[in-house]
Parts: sequence; C-alpha cells; structure tokens
Amino acid sequence: MSHQLDTRESAYDIVVVGGGTAGPMAAIKAKERNPELRVLLLDKAHVKRSGAISMGMDGLNNAVVPGYATPEQYTKEITIANDGIVDQSTVYAYAKHSFTTIEQLDRWGVKFEKDANGDYAMRKVHHMGTYVLPMPEGHDVKKVLYRQLKRARVEITNRIIATRLLTAADGSVNGVMGFDSRTADFHVIRAKAVILACGAAGRLGLPASGYLMGTYENPTNAGDGYVMAYHAGAELANLECYQINPLIKDYNGPACAYVAGPLGGYTANSRGERFIECDYWSGQMMLEFYQELQGGNGPVFLKLNHLAEETIQTIETILHSNERPSRGQFHANRGTDYRHQMVEMHISEIGFCSGHSASGVHVNARAETTVPGLYAAGDMAAVPHNYMLGAFTYGWFAGESAAERASSRDFTPVDAEQVARERARIYAPLLRDHGLPALQVEYKLRRFVNDYLQPPKVTRKYELALERFAEIGEDLGQLHARDAHELMRCAEASVIRDCAEMAARASLFRTESRWGLYHLRVDYPERNDAEWFCHAHLKKDESGRMSHHKRPVEPYIVPIAEQERDAYDRLRVAPKAPAEKTAATV
Amino acid sequence: MAFQPRSIAQFSEAAVTVDLDKCIAHKGCTVCIDVCPMDILEIDPQTGKAFMKRDECWYCLPCQKDCPTGAIHVAIPYLLR
Repeated sequence: MSHQLDTRESAYDIVVVGGGTAGPMAAIKAKERNPELRVLLLDKAHVKRSGAISMGMDGLNNAVVPGYATPEQYTKEITIANDGIVDQSTVYAYAKHSFTTIEQLDRWGVKFEKDANGDYAMRKVHHMGTYVLPMPEGHDVKKVLYRQLKRARVEITNRIIATRLLTAADGSVNGVMGFDSRTADFHVIRAKAVILACGAAGRLGLPASGYLMGTYENPTNAGDGYVMAYHAGAELANLECYQINPLIKDYNGPACAYVAGPLGGYTANSRGERFIECDYWSGQMMLEFYQELQGGNGPVFLKLNHLAEETIQTIETILHSNERPSRGQFHANRGTDYRHQMVEMHISEIGFCSGHSASGVHVNARAETTVPGLYAAGDMAAVPHNYMLGAFTYGWFAGESAAERASSRDFTPVDAEQVARERARIYAPLLRDHGLPALQVEYKLRRFVNDYLQPPKVTRKYELALERFAEIGEDLGQLHARDAHELMRCAEASVIRDCAEMAARASLFRTESRWGLYHLRVDYPERNDAEWFCHAHLKKDESGRMSHHKRPVEPYIVPIAEQERDAYDRLRVAPKAPAEKTAATV
Repeated sequence: MAFQPRSIAQFSEAAVTVDLDKCIAHKGCTVCIDVCPMDILEIDPQTGKAFMKRDECWYCLPCQKDCPTGAIHVAIPYLLR
C-alpha cells in the first residue's frame, strides 16, 4: 500500500461513534429532534452488520411492559441485583421509557413474540419480576435499523476506527479523530456534540480456548469507547464490577437460559440438578456458578434433555437462527444434541460492560457524561444491566440531548497540537520497518489479564499485573503494522492495555467484596457498606494518571425494604436432605 | 552486519471458505467483504473471488447469510471446534 497518510477534515453537528445498537437509535432520534442537523454515524465495521446484535437478538431481557411490571418494580429489581450501587434516576428513566422504545421498534418492524390476543408474550426469568420478551424472529433487527437510518437521512461512514476525542479550551468535546482501516487516511471530524456508543470492552480477558477472537462480545468491541472517554477526561464508574458470563464452553456464546428457561430448560450441575433458583445473570449468580464449577458437582451444564421434542425444536429454531447462529454447527461438531446431552458450560473471561453488569462511562438520565458535549449509550454507558433495550433507550436519550446542545451552539476551534500528537501516535507502527505484531502483543496482554485479574481477586496479583501492563505499554512503542488493517489492531492493543490498567486500578481501589464474583477480593472478603456503599469513579487527573474517588449513591426514588435487599444473595437452591451445608462464601 | 530482525509467517486453516464457482465478486459483488465486522475478507486479485485473508473470524455468519449466491461457508475456527 502507499503510505500517503492523508488527513481528511470534515465537520458535522453531531458525530455518533458506533453503529451497533445504541448508535443508530441516537442518530435517528437526533435527526428527529432537529432535522436541520447534520448527523454522522461512524462505524469501525459496517453499520449493516456491526455490533453486539449483528445477527439479531433472541429476546428482550429487561422489557418493562404494563400489566407485567411497573418501572418502580424494575428499578427495585435492578437495584437489588446490583447490590444497591445504582443511581436509580438512570434505571428509572430507562424503565419509564422501556415500553415506548418497544413500541417504536415494533412500528419499525422488529418482531416480538405475541400471544393469541396480540399482546406481548412476557416470560419470567429474573429472581423477582417478569421482564423477558422473546424475539424468535429477531434476526432482522439490523436491517430494520438500517432502513430507518436511511429514512432519517443520517450520514454513514464505515470502516473508520475512532481513536481519540478532540477537546476545546474549556474542556468540552469538539470532535473525533480516527483513521480508515483500509486506506489508513487520518480523519479529523469536528462536532458540536459527540455520542459514544462503542459497545463493551469485550477483548479484555483471553478466552479459555486461547483464540483471540473467540470472545462473547463482538470482537470489534475492544473497549475503544471507554478509552476515548477516559482520555477526554470523563469519569468511569465501577469498572471493578466486571462482566463475567456463563457461556457455552469453548464456543463462548450464551447458552441462553433466557430462551430455554421459560420453556423448562435450566442451568444444572453434573448430576443434572438445579443449583441456582434463578438463571438471570448477576454477580451473585456467577459466584454460585463459579463455586459449582470448582466443586465436586461441577462442571456446569445447560439442561434441556428432559424436554419434549416439540419444545426442543422450538429452542433450536430460536438459538440457531439468532444472535450467535453458528452454535448449531458447534454442537453438531461435538456431537451434542439437546435431546440427549446436556450442554457443557464455562465461565467467561473478564470484560467491561454495563449492558450486563455495571462497568461503564458514568452518565446521567440524559446520557450526558461528566464532559460537556460528550454523551454515551449502550454497553459502555454505566446504567446497570441495561441490555439491548437499554442501549436503544439511552441511545434515544443521547440523540435528543446531543441535538439540543448542537442546535444552540457553534463549532469551537480545533487544537492543532492534539491532532498532530494523535496522528503521530497512530501512525508510528506503520512507519517502523520492523517490530512486534499487534496480535502477539494482544495475546500476551490478554493472557496477563487472565493470569492476574480473573476473580477471585488477590491484591498482590493485581499489583504484579500493573507492572506487566506497564511493560506492555513499552512494547506498544515497538509495534509494527504492514497495512491499515494491522494498524487498526495496533490501535486496539493500546485500547486493551488501557482497559486492563483501569480494571486493575479500579479493583484495587475498592477494598471490599461486592457483586458476587464480579468483585470478589479474597483479602477483603466481606461487603463493607459502611465504607463502600458508594460508586467508585476513575478519571484521568491533571498529571495524566488514573485517579479514583468515591461518589455517593443518589438517594433512592424507589425504597428497598430491609428484607428485600439481599434477595439476590439467596440464589442457591436449598439442599433437600439436612446434609451438611457448605458455606456460600469463599 | 548486525543482527537482522526477521518475521515468521504462521499459517492457519481458513475458517471461511468460498465456492469459486458460485462467488460473483469478479462481477463487482462485495457483500461478504462489506458485512464482515472484523474485515477479514478480501478479493483475490488472481481469481477475482472473495477469500479469507486474516485469521480473526468471529464465526458470526453475516457473510454466509447475506451472500446472494450461497458461495460462503463459515466453519467454527479449529481452536474452538
């Protein structure tokens, strides 16, 4: 390739980074709020098939549908499931808007399961309430979104990887920098408001298979949004509340107890016995899962082989056509038939994701980060357990909030120094004639993440991890890329390193255990509400280092009764016989 | 002469394979290349057909599902199979 390294400059009222789930909704709602605005949707892949739902989704995990649940009940459920560390204003804002979002998607053509009366066919999976709405024909979500993006006249640019945000003299965000992963052209895009919707940090830990891209999350979601927000000065919340998921072993896709659960399937131990009362993913559930995996009754399985043929066919049809449709082929290769064998499950590597847990960029109920002009939505925005419907809903909020800002403001001057610095940083691997390959550095980095950061968390291991991550930081200065694609992997290696350091430092800061397995610190094994009933925020300080502070949990809108607070701590199925009960804590 | 840096090319079996009789990339089709989130497919200048260039497949299937002629097959990568 020719290394002309052109810089291309453009300007849009709003730039949305990430065209997966939250991003398209944000772009559409920004245009609806003010059709005069020029809105650019930027994607490192192709908007048609990008993000966590590239192949659709098999259900809504958190639908708040009138007649089944109220926003207050949902807010209570998520507050308890997240061990109380929740700004209820954000969860409540989601819950109140949840049904409006469903109706919008329904009108656009997303298919949800309905009963004979045409009502949504709600199912119970959570510990307390009913929030699951199956989408057996949910494979067309991205097509539906793409049609609406075109209709709304949102401009789309694919194959641009955003790497840093531009900030104005007053600290507000005024643009995005990145490069084309095919031509290596450098892009400077000025903006009045920027919405980050870059998904989870899904390439943090290394899958047990050792295959770099064998991740649960779409591997394009390397954590770019977390790192861009961090370097722009935004606060990140509760990063120590990792994402760890119960997945199909090796395949690393969801076993989908949410799909199978309402039809009679369940998570079982090697004896085929249920050991958790509720398959809804929470840190507490993951701790029980982990203990069963490690214990004499392990490993853990998804059990379907007791179900009727007709039911199994229904489950197969849903699971093998939605979200991760190659799992049918995986099972066939291994000779696993839902009718005869249980499906072996395993625990995933760690990541950041507020869609499933609570680790994300701090936002308020308007999707505003702590940096003016910067908004965040979807898996990377810290609204606990927000899932796909929360991504759509906060994308909606972000689009409207950003449109309001962009409608009443002018562009601010771009700092040429920031552009020059980023251009030099990004292009360095392309200009070396030899050096380290990005994927090899990434492998080593992610292996260290597994070795040192995978819970249970041990303080000394975390301190060693910081030394290793600093060394990897030096290795980044020796990366060599032979083309624009490899340059993208180099940029991602830097993102993953920053996320790894954030994960380690955030975990060391919170000297207690909370959220079950997600933040299980062996040398601080107890939950300590007296000192740690608060958010832990991480941000870049004036000297460029990671700093931490506590932020109080907002006063609850929906009160939690004393006897309800620990409902998610009682997930283990009680033993039948009065046999000796093993301690539930490590 | 000082020590010379060298690289070693590893080889991998491609998880994504293409039926060259069915693939119409030489007629301008780029559907599979467009929809791949990891951007691992390219057109082989020799044959004009699509091929898997990089060992970074997420086995997610848009290339296989969206191919207008059914010319793509995605296998589970060997390390996970």
